[in-house]
Amino acid sequence: MNLRDLQSGFIHYLLDEPSTVPQAVHGEAEAGLAVYHNAYRSQLVDCLKDSYERLWAWLGDDGFEAAARHHIALNPPHSWTLGDYGHGFAATIATLYPDDPEVTEIAALDWALRRAFDGPDAAAFDLSRLAQVDWDEAVITFVPTLDLLPVKTNCGAIWNAIAAGQDVPGAAMLPAPGWVRVWRVALQPHFTTIEQAEVDAIRLAASGLSFARLCDRLAQDMGMDSAVEAAGRYLASWVQDGLIADIR
Amino acid sequence: MSHETITPFHGFGLGLRIPHFQNYLNEDVPVDFLEIISENFMVAGGRPLYVLDQLRERWPVAMHGVSMSIGSADGVRADYLERLKALAQKVDPLWISDHLSWSRIEHVNSHDLLPLPFTEEALDAVCANIAHVQDVLERPLVLENPSTYLTFADDQMTEWAFLTEMTRRTGCYLLLDVNNIYVSGTNNGFDPYDYLAGVPADRVRQVHLAGHSQGRHRLIDTHDQPVPDPVWDLFARIYPRLGPVAAMIERDDRIPPLEDLLAELDTARAIAARVAEAV
Ligand SMILES: [Fe+2]
Repeated sequence: MNLRDLQSGFIHYLLDEPSTVPQAVHGEAEAGLAVYHNAYRSQLVDCLKDSYERLWAWLGDDGFEAAARHHIALNPPHSWTLGDYGHGFAATIATLYPDDPEVTEIAALDWALRRAFDGPDAAAFDLSRLAQVDWDEAVITFVPTLDLLPVKTNCGAIWNAIAAGQDVPGAAMLPAPGWVRVWRVALQPHFTTIEQAEVDAIRLAASGLSFARLCDRLAQDMGMDSAVEAAGRYLASWVQDGLIADIR
Repeated sequence: MSHETITPFHGFGLGLRIPHFQNYLNEDVPVDFLEIISENFMVAGGRPLYVLDQLRERWPVAMHGVSMSIGSADGVRADYLERLKALAQKVDPLWISDHLSWSRIEHVNSHDLLPLPFTEEALDAVCANIAHVQDVLERPLVLENPSTYLTFADDQMTEWAFLTEMTRRTGCYLLLDVNNIYVSGTNNGFDPYDYLAGVPADRVRQVHLAGHSQGRHRLIDTHDQPVPDPVWDLFARIYPRLGPVAAMIERDDRIPPLEDLLAELDTARAIAARVAEAV
């Protein structure tokens, strides 16, 4: 058997597809092939456990392992790096837990925090430069790790309680659908639950709208007084939280 | 550095692992070099690269990869090599190593170190891939013997004959994993001492010392145990033949406190001193 056919056959064996590779192995093939068959799966399960630690805690060992093996059977890895393998696991979780939205949201939060952990670096905007900003013209640039996740449940509270080793609350729906914003400050990933209007403001700012025009746009929905109050509040928290890389 | 040769480095080191980041950042750890898993640092930013930036100021760093797939019949992926080269430009490593194995064919990447047949055809394919990688990286490659759990019916030579011919044709170097020799020998029925006698000792730039576990039918290269006596014995046999070499303890799982690994590294130093004196 030539090398390419041998390697294709070996991959088919790992993926439980028909394979001629057992005939190519010297001597008794099963014991040696079983080591590779097992190692392929267990490494991917470990990789998902590493990337989805809070989801693992929420589902427990058996539930997580079953979900991971289901995902692995449907999704052989394609990326150059094992570090990408967790991509798409939350979508698999959504199909397995259609009636438990918090499960998928915890998964999405785990993955977003993992991506923020080793995402691109950016220094947070220096507070002392705030006084020099021309707010009529200024455009805000957010840190590149900023991510926004739609949420309906208390997934953030569950995640935090698991991480802190505290009593974990039961799953509950939020009074209104909201968002979680995820970002990294220096070396530390963070997240916080925010309201729809703040997401609107972040998206307007990120689209390149000046801060003054952003206030005008918010005013169309909530009136000028509320818009100015809200925009000021959002801006203060963005600066305080290290969400902003630059304002110019 | 010349494109053709790797200057030897003599010393005793450890693999950098996340649970020990703080020790290295804050303490005066008695190691001569550190080995990093390249892929863990082939990322955009954040803590891994921040830590590495500081540690590389204090210790020489060897880059050890797991994703090159040097034995793939359809070649080494260009996007991987570009990222690896970019990291090497940041790190300025002692050398770049990976494994004599394959992980990916076409679009499926098993992320495991899968065994190669020891055939003329595989030797040609591996040597062509090495030559390409060395051209792109502009430096010689270092390749490690993996643990294997089977051999192929079509094999035409021993693993050590394959390594010998591979280094001769390409000018690449070797990372000799003594534990992997023991594991592969036990699983595949060769004598590790025949392997040591046959391996081109002058091409070895680095040594891995590790532990393994007994699986149902095979010894498994788990790297989650202290270095066992048979592996120390093999190290004692090969060390006097190696010349200046970078030796290290490789632990990937069930990672103990750093002191435990430093104690094992002292054992390596003591054996090296004893056998060097005896020669
Ligand atoms: Fe090794």
